[in-house]
Amino acid sequence: MNPEEAAAKPNPIEQFELHRLWPFEINGVETSFTNASLFMLLAALGVVALMVLATSKKAIVPGRVQAMAEMLYEFVAGMVRQTAGTEGMKFFPFVFTLFSFILIANLIGLVPYTYSVTSQIVVTFAFAVVVISLVVLYGLYRHGFGFLKLFVPHGVPLPVLVVLVPIEIISFLSRPVSLSVRLFANILAGHITLAVFGGFVVMLLGAGVWAALAPIPLLAIVALYALELLVACLQAFVFSVLTCVYLNDAIHPGH
Amino acid sequence: MAIISSAFAAEGEQTTHESVGAGEAHHEGAFPPFQTENFAPQIFWLVIIFGLLYVLMSRIALPRVGGIIENRGAKIAADLGAARDMQSKAQAAAAANDENLRRRREEAQSIGRDAQHRIAAETARQRAVAESEAGEKIRAADERIASAKTTTLANVEQIAVDAAAAIVEKLTGAKIDQSALAKDGATSSH
Repeated sequence: MNPEEAAAKPNPIEQFELHRLWPFEINGVETSFTNASLFMLLAALGVVALMVLATSKKAIVPGRVQAMAEMLYEFVAGMVRQTAGTEGMKFFPFVFTLFSFILIANLIGLVPYTYSVTSQIVVTFAFAVVVISLVVLYGLYRHGFGFLKLFVPHGVPLPVLVVLVPIEIISFLSRPVSLSVRLFANILAGHITLAVFGGFVVMLLGAGVWAALAPIPLLAIVALYALELLVACLQAFVFSVLTCVYLNDAIHPGH
Repeated sequence: MAIISSAFAAEGEQTTHESVGAGEAHHEGAFPPFQTENFAPQIFWLVIIFGLLYVLMSRIALPRVGGIIENRGAKIAADLGAARDMQSKAQAAAAANDENLRRRREEAQSIGRDAQHRIAAETARQRAVAESEAGEKIRAADERIASAKTTTLANVEQIAVDAAAAIVEKLTGAKIDQSALAKDGATSSH
């Protein structure tokens, strides 16, 4: 395909491209400030605006934004406490930062012409690696080799264990992959679908009589957008709930 | 992971070879999320931004929000406690008031009763005095009547005796002894 044709045709992948806004490198490693970094920063600033600026008055009777911050706090606190127990509350700041960052990043990504930070596998995989490393390190620190009981379910006869332990190990090793791919794929697929339907609208409008059909994919975009809002919140929630579940494994390795 | 990404990078290279003449070769064709040269800058900035965010959240925001919620809980509990205190105080005051009222009413009733009794006693006493005085007067009057009657009766007898003596004198000319005439009683009653 030649470049002119490529420019004329709507490209649903284009939205994931990285643009070096401020190219530089440190020790031969490229560390350019890109559009992805910009939106990471915006997501973080969004979280800071919600959690730090809106709560600065420390009002007994909260305003709207402070009430939102408190709801978010209590929601995540309840989630951590229910899933990982009271001992899991020491990971509350981490889970909260993770949840709020992913949530705000997902929501910002839904605004047209923005960039979805979580549509990059390297970002979600970095999160997953941090989570799993935390689980392994805390598990070993807390229980020593007792942490390996995680792979040996209670009250299972020996012959079954021979089969079950490798399965448990494989399932544990696949956790970072499933955790990162779930979030990445959901956001990526949603944005591609939205862009594809947007492309349909453009193509139909440029196709003479067929322009009459253009509102149909437009309506589909509206419906999909609602779905994507749900997905954005849900995937942030799923990611942090699974984080809590894995942390719970580190705190209580015996099933 | 490395295997996957290198595979995709290889694929990316192939596609870039196909699209000859495209401006930024590595941006066209290959799927951006799998382009390995995009990984380092994203991870670098993610670590910095997420790290800073974590520090801000764990040091400032979360303790503050937790404090706000805790404060509110404490304030609500304190207010409720104060309200409960006030309520029990009010109830105690109402009970004391009721008790006081009851006592005053009883007092008033007893004062009324006392007054009634006193008045009744006074009335009775006065009536007794009046009655006894009246009785005295009646008795004295009775006595006076009785004495008057006796005197009168005695006078009547004397008159009768005198009259009888005068009649006898007139008729017979003889003087008669009055004491003989009054023999049957009138004189004896003197």
